[in-house]
Amino acid sequence: MSATDTSFDRATDPYRVGHGREWLSAGAGRGYVHATGHGEGGPASKRVIVGYGFWIFLLSDIVMFSAFFAAHAVLQTATAGGPSGRELFNWWSIVLQTFLLLVSSFTCGLSAVATEARSQLWTQLALLVTGLLGVGFLALEGRDFAGMVLQGAGPDRSAFLSSLFAVVGLHGLHVSAGLLWLGTMMAQIFVKGFRADILRRMVCFNLFWHALDIIWVALFTIVYLIGLGR
Amino acid sequence: MFGKLTWQAIPWDQPIPLVAGSVVVLIVLAVLAWVVIKGYLPYLWREWITSVDHKRIGVMYTLLGAVMLLRGFIDAIMMRSQQAAAFRAAGYLPPEHYDQIFSAHGTIMIFFAAMPIVIGLMNFAVPLQLGVRDVAFPTLNSTSFWLTATGALLVNISLVIGEFARTGWLVYPPLSGLPYSPGVGVDYYLWALLISGVGTLMTGINFVTTILKIRAPGMSYLRMTIFCWTALAANLLIVAAFPILTATLAMLALDRYLDFHFFTNEAGGNMMMFINLIWAWGHPEVYILVLPAFGIFSEVISTFSGKPLFNYRSMVAATMFICLVSYMVWLHHFFTMGAGGNVNAFFGISTSIIAVGTGVKIYNWLFTMYGGRIRFATPMLWSMGFLVTFVIGGMTGVLLAVPPADFLLHNSLFLVAHFHNVIIGGVLFAAFAGITYWFPKAFGFKLDEGWGKIAFWLSLIGFYVVFMPLYVAGLLGMTRRLQHYDVAAWRPWVLVAGIGIIIMICAAACQVVQFVVSIRRRDELRDETGDPWDGRSLEWATASPPPPFNFAVLPDVRGEEPYWEIKRRAIETQQLSAEPKYEPIEMPRNSPTGFITAFFCTMTGFALIWHIWWMVGLGIVAAYAVFVWFAWRDVTEYSIPAEEVARFDRARRQAREQWLAQHAGQPA
Repeated sequence: MSATDTSFDRATDPYRVGHGREWLSAGAGRGYVHATGHGEGGPASKRVIVGYGFWIFLLSDIVMFSAFFAAHAVLQTATAGGPSGRELFNWWSIVLQTFLLLVSSFTCGLSAVATEARSQLWTQLALLVTGLLGVGFLALEGRDFAGMVLQGAGPDRSAFLSSLFAVVGLHGLHVSAGLLWLGTMMAQIFVKGFRADILRRMVCFNLFWHALDIIWVALFTIVYLIGLGR
Repeated sequence: MFGKLTWQAIPWDQPIPLVAGSVVVLIVLAVLAWVVIKGYLPYLWREWITSVDHKRIGVMYTLLGAVMLLRGFIDAIMMRSQQAAAFRAAGYLPPEHYDQIFSAHGTIMIFFAAMPIVIGLMNFAVPLQLGVRDVAFPTLNSTSFWLTATGALLVNISLVIGEFARTGWLVYPPLSGLPYSPGVGVDYYLWALLISGVGTLMTGINFVTTILKIRAPGMSYLRMTIFCWTALAANLLIVAAFPILTATLAMLALDRYLDFHFFTNEAGGNMMMFINLIWAWGHPEVYILVLPAFGIFSEVISTFSGKPLFNYRSMVAATMFICLVSYMVWLHHFFTMGAGGNVNAFFGISTSIIAVGTGVKIYNWLFTMYGGRIRFATPMLWSMGFLVTFVIGGMTGVLLAVPPADFLLHNSLFLVAHFHNVIIGGVLFAAFAGITYWFPKAFGFKLDEGWGKIAFWLSLIGFYVVFMPLYVAGLLGMTRRLQHYDVAAWRPWVLVAGIGIIIMICAAACQVVQFVVSIRRRDELRDETGDPWDGRSLEWATASPPPPFNFAVLPDVRGEEPYWEIKRRAIETQQLSAEPKYEPIEMPRNSPTGFITAFFCTMTGFALIWHIWWMVGLGIVAAYAVFVWFAWRDVTEYSIPAEEVARFDRARRQAREQWLAQHAGQPA
């Protein structure tokens, strides 16, 4: 399949069950668009392969985060005489950040709906709003970080703050990378339109952005909620 | 302008690294000059450097691993000779140099010799055995390889510019922290592994997706070869374990670069957390290496015994059992941490239990050989050497799994002998078995059996002469990593090990001779049929070397040993299956993305090591530019016309028909 094919539509959804063994008639040597890859139907379609591979990447990413979460859990009380979460965390800023990120996930979902409807305008608009919300989130997080560093509570103050800056910063880094990707995605959709390979990338981008939300939920709970109680 | 980098970074006053480094630089320059003068550069660029063909990438991985294996082996020779000389004496290696050597030896052997060879063999064989044309993400595959090469390059640059870590191969803090290791050695280690670790992770993602989503029609899970199963298990482990390594090393880098306190002595840092985290990666890593090795032995033993693998399903179960339990044993690397009796008991028992899975495999291999008509070709010799050697290593491992015993043997040469016993006897023997086994598939001619067999026997004997004495020295209380010592009781054992390393040198020389002789005699050793070993799985169903698209038509799999079935049918009916209808095949186009990405990663890594911040920024911007440039491409595939596919396949069928005529009337 070349990048210009348009096999991405509901009629050839690889997950339509009860349509197995099409490979018999699909002609040997071709892609088997109806196979899901977990049976005997031959290689899965590109959409399944790309989506699946990206899921595996996200899982590995979550494993990396879990190592940072574990480190934070170990070091949460290692304040070394410095400030604890209760003294540092700005409750309203965290609530606002959560709000911005969750809404951006919603608008990201809208972009997927608009893509499904092949609407250039609405896709671009939804992605733009998603990006602006992401920028807002990053700005708030950066302001909190800067404030902490300025009052002498930077990552060099204590092991607790080291792990806090690392795990929250890693999430922020992911959001930043996501924003770069989002900009690239918008440009690609604008220039190249809804081509099959672009559509697969949109699926991956949506997965990525939602995964950032899932990680934020864990951050909110483990770092901030538990941290405020300490 | 150049951060910490000055002319003093080159060790002008230390003759050994300076001479060694200059020789390596000269060899590299000579090879480059030869390539350029002979006009091979365009060929190399088109056919290898930018190739996204899994077979080519597999060959390059294996070659990288083999070269680094030699480098790590030279470190080993230096350590053994130093200890042989340094009884109540200083030896010839000063302590700070000796410390770098044992750190580099471990790092290189695990990350840049064993891993590339294992991944290389998986790259080469897995898609062929699954009966498909390539892996899930071919360009990503090429990027993975070049990032691994970046790591290897950075480690080797440390030989001449600056220094390598003096901390041991797992850079335990606080020794690896800034106060105790202020030089660039640990930074070389960190960035080499952080960059190559990303490459390995992408390999893991690629292969899990390939094995689970891209298989020939009819290739259900329980029809995959054991090598594919072990590759699946190993890559699942990569996906789950390498992010932990990346995270851990990133934390150490933050400690060293930005004054964080994850593992420091002050401000609440917790260095035992590093030991826990690194081994949460480190123990699965052991199985990432050895599970594919088990897979190779399964293929080889079944093929050369002329029998299907005994109890295939229990082999699958044992593989996945090991895959799971390998996450529950990490604490046995530091029973002496003081976690308490209950914790140590749990990990001691889980460590003993994981040996059960391996035991099942050993019996399966023995029963596969039982009653078989065994051909003692080189790959089979390596496998049988493995069976005996690995059982010894496994049993000393179970011994170490008993916490009270471990308290006595922790960090002794007994431990060193144990893990060399399993890694050399398991992974390295598998690497040699796999290379000899698949070499004819990759290049179209077999390796010389005579030199191969000499190399095997010398390696086997050399291994025992080096490491059995080290078990004894360990029991006598000799600890690892000693630059010099003065206990007379250890001396004879250390000297015997020194003799053993001379035998190993001869073995390595025979390996090199084997390749030279085989290449010179390649016309006599040619494999015309594509099936030189009377194989049973699908990689033997295509020509040697296979065409870029592997199979003219994807095989239709109907049983556990698809190629054996095809052969038997052909012999029974005295004809090949009917000629299929050939169609054009679309294959991914070559791409320099991997090479360019790795170039900028090398630049960024080097800049980070020497604190050249503008170059770091430049590297990151360039990496993003490459990403966009790659994402912007419009044509991703090219088409191979049906006539060319037909021409290739007819030639292959002709060779097979000749083979069939020669074997007329013989029982399958």
